[in-house]
Amino acid sequence: MSQERSDLINYNLVYAHCMASVIYLGIVFIVGVLYSLQFIGHYPLGGIEIFSPGRLRMLHTNGAVYAFIVNGFTAALHWAVPRLTGHKVFGGKPIGWFSFWALQGAILATVVGLLAGHAQAIEWGETPIYVDPFVVVWLLLTLVVFVTPIYKYASQKALYAANWYLIAGFVWVPMVYIMGNYIPQFFVPGVAGAAITGTWIHDAVGLYVTPIGWGLMYYFVPVLLRKPVWSHALSLLGFWGLAFFYPLQGVHHYLWSPIPMYAQYAAVFSTVVLELAVVSVIVNFLMTLRGNAEALKHSMPTRWLFIGIINYAITCLQCAFQVLLTTQKVIHFTDWVVGHAHLIMFGTFGFWILGFISYLWPKVRGVETSYSRALDEWAFWLIMIGMELMWVDLISAGLVQGFNWWGLNPWMESVRYSIPFWFVRTLSGLLMTAGYFAYAYNFFMTGKKAPVGSYQPQASGGAA
Amino acid sequence: MSGQRNKFEFATIALFVGIILFAFGTFWQAVAPWLSLKEIPVKTFEDIAENIPPEFEMLKEDYPNEFNNAFPNMGMKEAFIEALQTAKKSYIAEACWHCHSQFVRPVSKEELRFGKVSYPSEYATLMQLPQLLGTRRVGPDLIRESGVHSNDWHIAHFKDTSGVVPDSVMPSYTWFYDDNGKPNKRGLSMVAYMQWLGSWEKGNMYQLARK
Repeated sequence: MSQERSDLINYNLVYAHCMASVIYLGIVFIVGVLYSLQFIGHYPLGGIEIFSPGRLRMLHTNGAVYAFIVNGFTAALHWAVPRLTGHKVFGGKPIGWFSFWALQGAILATVVGLLAGHAQAIEWGETPIYVDPFVVVWLLLTLVVFVTPIYKYASQKALYAANWYLIAGFVWVPMVYIMGNYIPQFFVPGVAGAAITGTWIHDAVGLYVTPIGWGLMYYFVPVLLRKPVWSHALSLLGFWGLAFFYPLQGVHHYLWSPIPMYAQYAAVFSTVVLELAVVSVIVNFLMTLRGNAEALKHSMPTRWLFIGIINYAITCLQCAFQVLLTTQKVIHFTDWVVGHAHLIMFGTFGFWILGFISYLWPKVRGVETSYSRALDEWAFWLIMIGMELMWVDLISAGLVQGFNWWGLNPWMESVRYSIPFWFVRTLSGLLMTAGYFAYAYNFFMTGKKAPVGSYQPQASGGAA
Repeated sequence: MSGQRNKFEFATIALFVGIILFAFGTFWQAVAPWLSLKEIPVKTFEDIAENIPPEFEMLKEDYPNEFNNAFPNMGMKEAFIEALQTAKKSYIAEACWHCHSQFVRPVSKEELRFGKVSYPSEYATLMQLPQLLGTRRVGPDLIRESGVHSNDWHIAHFKDTSGVVPDSVMPSYTWFYDDNGKPNKRGLSMVAYMQWLGSWEKGNMYQLARK
């Protein structure tokens, strides 16, 4: 018996979201590499309006979050929430599949809209205005689908920390999405609009990606290691720290701007203090690993998750330093921030999703292991080395740019000094893309290895 | 009994986490700045067009046919409003704001490089709805751009960036030009926009170290 099949879980939905996530990740990688070629003078699609590098950049960032991360999280949620609560997710097949196709439709419309020049000037919200209402509907639907089983469970037993994070994330995100995408677009111009936009930029990361990511980690880490998390008290400290300090730090994206200083000071303060909450989570996971570190060698999902945690530790420590007003004098506006963003969005949450999918996919396909252990290793090492190389490269480039500007060198000097760093960035992107292809090939072959009859996606499910 | 207790616990979590803490953070970071700044009157396009930079009229003299095609039967004021609105659309569509910021910081000698430090009231215009302050500089800041370069420079630069600025990594925007290589509506509008940005502070500019 390869595994027990549970009636609680809609395997086809997990299957479809995993598939979508992996396919989109490939597109995000390719678009990212293409965009990076612009910086070293080898952009192949120059002069074509719809493939202008500026438009491709938005495809890269929005694709990473709304296509890769959201699909990956949703796949894991369709697995984890029924297991955490003992109840099916709300709505069953019809709502599940409607929600799946609505998400893919919104992504497709966003891609077309961005390339056609209908972008919105809201960072992390470039999604065209006409797509936003559908995203809000999707978010509300997701709220109902996943919070209903948690609510049913909560009426009988005390909630495990993972559920707290999930509830909070699902409740927050529709509110901040509406705030961030509409208020600065239609009602509040200028500096106050920038404050609201900053709040949204950080809320997208802090109030969707972070709580859902942490919540899923609180499910997957104990499951993979087959032991409870080290400290329940720490997990609650992390939760309340996140809830209290995350919404308070949006303006740190616009430090030294004309936004009133009280908002800037609060943002700096809360960003530094949030480090405590993050450290509590990291310590909790690492102490859970204690005594089981062997698992890092044998279990690919465990390795992805824990290297993600190491990256998280690095990037959040960096965060507490880079947000200081003194540091900002140098590194604001530079590639330092780009390096930081890659390490958090891909090096941490991306790695976690790759880990979740490595764990879920063989189970969904009804096989014991992935297609090829060697490809697992290739994918991991190529992506990991590429990621760390990109981070080191971009934060170095950031320092070079920042000190060039401060030193009043002619502007173009800062660009010329950056070009070698941008070459290395393209190289690191290519390494990661190569790793991705190893991962994706392995992913698709894993399904084919399934013994006949062990698992058949139901025809009526409409699985892609 | 315990079922009741846990129901209460669930409600408490949802209420406090979902609403109150979020509301506090959002108030301090988003609503409070808005309340502080809402006394500043917001300039409409009509207000903006009270002061048309001379470069816009020079565009009309230098490219009369293209100008008339782009802004047919319009007075200077209407034409300028139309140009700014068109340029804002293009600036957002091409995601210019991902590589060019629009604020001068009071640190890192930016005042010497770009000009006067930015202040809130200059952003209280409909041209900053949505705001375009930006968070990254690959190219220089643009809020004091007016007059730094000539119209001709901009027209040549948008068409062939690295031909004008060697080693520039900015893409060329050939779709800002018609078949004859003259700027079309979008091209003229973008130049007008560049010459408008900071035109209200032209007298105070240092304009050092830009080239």
